[in-house]
Amino acid sequence: MSSDARTHVLTRIRRSLNRGELPDEARAELDRRINEPKPGVVPARATGEHAALVERFVEMAEFAAATVTRVPGMEAVPTAVADWLKGHNLAPKVVAAPDATLDGLEGHGTLEVTRGVAHPADQAAVTPCFAGVAETGTLVLLSGPEHPTSLNFLPDNHIIVVRASQVVGGYEEAWAKLRAQGAVPRTVNMVTGPSRTGDIEQTLQLGAHGPRRLHIVLIDDHRRGTDSGEG
Amino acid sequence: MNATSLQFKENAHRAIEDEKLKKALGTMKVGFREKRAAAVAKLPEFEELRDAGRDLKNHVLENLDHYLTVFEARVKEQGGHVHWCRDAEEARQTVLKICRDKGARTVTKGKSMIAEEIALNHFLEEKGIAPIETDLGEYIIQLRHEPPSHIIAPAIHVSKEAVADIFRETHKQYAADRPLSEPRQLLDEARDVLRGQFIEADVGITGANMLIAETGSTVIVTNEGNGDLTQLLPKTHVVLASIEKVVPTLDDACTILRLLARSATGQEMSSYTTFSTGPRRADDRDGPEEFHVVLIDNGRSGMLGTEFQEMLRCIRCAACMNHCPVYGAVGGHAYGWVYPGPMGSVLTPALIGIENSAPLPNASTLCGKCEEVCPMRIPLPRMLRHWREKEFERHLPPARVRQAFRFYAWIATRPKLWRWYTAAAARTLSIWGGKRGRIKSLPMAKPWTDARDMPAPEGETFMQRYKRQQKAGGKAA
Repeated sequence: MSSDARTHVLTRIRRSLNRGELPDEARAELDRRINEPKPGVVPARATGEHAALVERFVEMAEFAAATVTRVPGMEAVPTAVADWLKGHNLAPKVVAAPDATLDGLEGHGTLEVTRGVAHPADQAAVTPCFAGVAETGTLVLLSGPEHPTSLNFLPDNHIIVVRASQVVGGYEEAWAKLRAQGAVPRTVNMVTGPSRTGDIEQTLQLGAHGPRRLHIVLIDDHRRGTDSGEG
Repeated sequence: MNATSLQFKENAHRAIEDEKLKKALGTMKVGFREKRAAAVAKLPEFEELRDAGRDLKNHVLENLDHYLTVFEARVKEQGGHVHWCRDAEEARQTVLKICRDKGARTVTKGKSMIAEEIALNHFLEEKGIAPIETDLGEYIIQLRHEPPSHIIAPAIHVSKEAVADIFRETHKQYAADRPLSEPRQLLDEARDVLRGQFIEADVGITGANMLIAETGSTVIVTNEGNGDLTQLLPKTHVVLASIEKVVPTLDDACTILRLLARSATGQEMSSYTTFSTGPRRADDRDGPEEFHVVLIDNGRSGMLGTEFQEMLRCIRCAACMNHCPVYGAVGGHAYGWVYPGPMGSVLTPALIGIENSAPLPNASTLCGKCEEVCPMRIPLPRMLRHWREKEFERHLPPARVRQAFRFYAWIATRPKLWRWYTAAAARTLSIWGGKRGRIKSLPMAKPWTDARDMPAPEGETFMQRYKRQQKAGGKAA
């Protein structure tokens, strides 16, 4: 059934376009277009000095209703996580991605940390990310053994740790980084702010099926050496 | 789903008298329009992106066969399956077979317009499989046994009181006297109910906003996160996608993403844009074990090479209906099938036949607002006119309308007669209008003059005045 349907659909497309199968040359040209991707129209706001892009990333993430804490280094992340939980009256309990960069969480005195996939009862997840996109304050998260996707959606609170050096201007830069590292993972999540819905009388509500709160811990690692340490 | 598009007029009359609907549509108009305008104003490159989006999709459509076969090959390389389907029936059978192979009893669903188009839920129910909609709006209308009335806000016509009623009726597991007056309470209850469903479901079905040839990925763009839970927790992920959704590369997808959310909800970017590529990898700790893409033609290939080809650029943002004065007055159900508003009035005749939807191309004032806001620059008014021509050629309009057009064509192609006739009409109407210059009731256009006065012409036609002024000007010079 399926191979008949395949032939039928393809033949029908070609007949409607008033042509047969594309000649080899044309197909090679299209393959080149696929295999050597080029950015299209990239907005000006996705370009500029890296320090300015980091500021834009923060501004746009907050515009999308995420919150941001900035810390000087990875060693300050566990305390930032614990403080944020306390500030929201949440128990000091997280499920964290089994990624080595987050190993420091377990060293924090008061945090109860489990590692691995998320379960429906988990209240807060901590994950790393692959990139932050300044253009819209978007975070790019990749699935893999050290980052189960359930962490991004099941808990009511999602804390994402991003290093300033991971911030890029536009989405295309994140794709270029991804291609450079090899195969595309099963899931790439571009996350912009917390989950939301307007389905009941157009009233915006956060926390529909995914997390109600999205908190970003931004490590200002780009300032060391390059910047004279303002702020 | 049985189309009631032929009864557009009756549907519209009923809709206009519905006060609750009027209120809901009023909120929608202000909300969506203002938010879109603000988002567009914030992005100076928006117009340039619209050109790029149009050119990109035109390129894809001209080479659709190639991009689809590359997409297919890449999905297979990643361990996924691709099922080609000529029509709705083949698509339904394909989904059923996957569900049966997995012994599925319940399936969760992310919002998918193509699933509505092929009437999947009804079919699965008949076969003993329970489909559960997980998008809040879709869930509400599923409980109410209604079709969506808007392509991105399916329950826009339902008041929160009506949502509370249906929740009380359905969710018997909660205390009967629980408070449900606030949207937050309703959302929390739905979230709680659906959590259980996500985990129990055997198969998760989502739509696709795009397919990426470069990587063999399918893309969904959502705000709630339901689509992600739908494709993450069950063992099998089935993607339903119509064939025109393919784009060449991840970079090309960015062009469409920059247009989509801004045009739809006025967001810079929707909360979740998710790229799914194949089943879970060997060392992944979660994710589906199987990944199926159901590629559905259902009439699209027949639109290529016709005056309706450009409709296949549509990215289902709903900007056209959000800005349409007709949709704004009657809502989505009046259109009688799956796709309402201007995009629906062009697409529906192409998919179910003009003979089953003849009034739809006339459900427009041709004001042009839809084309003005369409991110893909689809010439919707021009296509509506094409459908009107076809409707006329196929003798579908009522005899009186046809006679009127025939009379118009006869007289308009005889210049002398036309001038004499229009001059006489202008003179008569001018006298009729009297000193006020307005006509209260015209026998030939009663429904129109019932609601307003018609301004009377001043007594001359344009040609008469032009000639007079030429003469006067000649003398002066």
